Amino acid sequence: MDPRVLNAMLPYFSENFGNAASRNHAFGWRAEEAVEKARKQIADLIGANPREIVLTSGATESNNLAIKGVAEMYAERGNHIITAATEHKAVLDTTKRLEKEGCRITYLPVRQDGLIDLDMLQDAITDKTILISLMYANNEIGVIQPLREVGKLAREKGILLHTDATQAVGKIPVSVIEDNIDLMSLTAHKMYGPKGVGALYVRRKNPRVQITAQMDGGGHERGMRSGTLNVPGIVGFGEAAAICRQEMAEESRRLRYLRDKLKDKLLGDLDEVFINGSLEHRLPHNLNISFAYVEGESLLMGINDIAVSSGSACTSATIEPSYVLKALGAGDDLAHSSIRFGIGRFNTEEEIDYTGEKVVQVVRKLRELSPLYEMVKEGVDLSKVQWTAH
Amino acid sequence: MAYSDKVLDHYNNPRNVGSLDKSLTNVGTGIVGAPECGDVMKLQVFVNEETGIIEDAKFKTFGCGSAIASSSLATEWLKGKSVDDALSIKNTDIVNELSLPPVKIHCSVLAEDAIKAAINDYKKKQTPQPEAAAQKA
Repeated sequence: MDPRVLNAMLPYFSENFGNAASRNHAFGWRAEEAVEKARKQIADLIGANPREIVLTSGATESNNLAIKGVAEMYAERGNHIITAATEHKAVLDTTKRLEKEGCRITYLPVRQDGLIDLDMLQDAITDKTILISLMYANNEIGVIQPLREVGKLAREKGILLHTDATQAVGKIPVSVIEDNIDLMSLTAHKMYGPKGVGALYVRRKNPRVQITAQMDGGGHERGMRSGTLNVPGIVGFGEAAAICRQEMAEESRRLRYLRDKLKDKLLGDLDEVFINGSLEHRLPHNLNISFAYVEGESLLMGINDIAVSSGSACTSATIEPSYVLKALGAGDDLAHSSIRFGIGRFNTEEEIDYTGEKVVQVVRKLRELSPLYEMVKEGVDLSKVQWTAH
Repeated sequence: MAYSDKVLDHYNNPRNVGSLDKSLTNVGTGIVGAPECGDVMKLQVFVNEETGIIEDAKFKTFGCGSAIASSSLATEWLKGKSVDDALSIKNTDIVNELSLPPVKIHCSVLAEDAIKAAINDYKKKQTPQPEAAAQKA
């Protein structure tokens, strides 16, 4: 979290402890005022009106509220929803639930660069389609979907467009007006704000979007999301959004420079290294790379002083490679060999240089240890070997 | 996940990394696992044909730290053992020695499989092939 965000939040834990829903005393007014200021800061970042911002506990809740809320509200108009195979689980598990309840869901495949095919999207649309839910930028590979084209198409066909913009907002300019977005999920902690706070943008005009509340109670957030507001968290979210709005242009230039420096180092010093997903349509701070013939978890172990993630979920109990990388057609072996680097606001150039050196050194060491690398160097075609699957 | 000190030690200083000439009749080679499963182990033994003692063992492993440690440990244990004693090494011995957590038990199973595959390969090389025997007769 950005220390400036923490400073903005602190008074709302102590002297300004009011409940924003308490209308009849000064403590409540001050809290309400703070929430409304934050709401405007969040709205300003995405080109929305503050009254279109529904505060939630984070993007998972926002995705649930948007998709289930639309499915329920527009059930009479249709039951078909289009989404993509590489969406976050908060979207995919939500649509899976809706499938059990009678909705029809199309999961668009992605191309090798991680982007959807617009013609396939167009072909998937039926007269029962009520919603397209497509993430703005992917959490693992950072690729940016063609939201503007999708928004245009959705508007022409009279279909609502929801986007999980968790990864994109605050990193690249996002405008709900220019992209014709009807619903958008956001979270504070991906823009150096606190965890456990998020928002759902719900368009109020052209068209006026309605959703069925998924949490019943006191009717907060104009009836769309009941529950007492997390005032300090929301203040932090607002401050984080304001900082992003002001510093985004310069910050993204800096992150892109550092990302490209790391990429050039790794691609220059090592052979058989592959970037997963489009480099052109990509968030400036993301790098997802497969180091062939090196297993991801063993690589993480060698660079454990650097906070990165393995593309394969080996570190959890499932030992399943990433479904996102599999959707790109990377093959399970390359998916097992991938690492995601996320460069942040507080990373220095020295840290990036250190990371590059260290990764090169560990990959070389692990390739010395790798029977696969040895076989390939001897000219063996690994795809023709009879492996003993286990 | 926290790794045990012994896993970290084998990962940082793997023992007996390398390859033996697999065309030699006294070298047994076992390759187990599959790249798409995220683990491949190659384990080799160099056997003194007169005494039946494993004089050298080498490994190369594509896999997580626990897989690397399991195979590294296996080569240490193999050296100096007779071919038949080598088959008595059980995956549970590896689990205990390295304090592997339940999700990493498959690494020890793979190491035991690699030992068996290497010894079987050696034994196969030592017995005359049926075709060769038939030709002689």
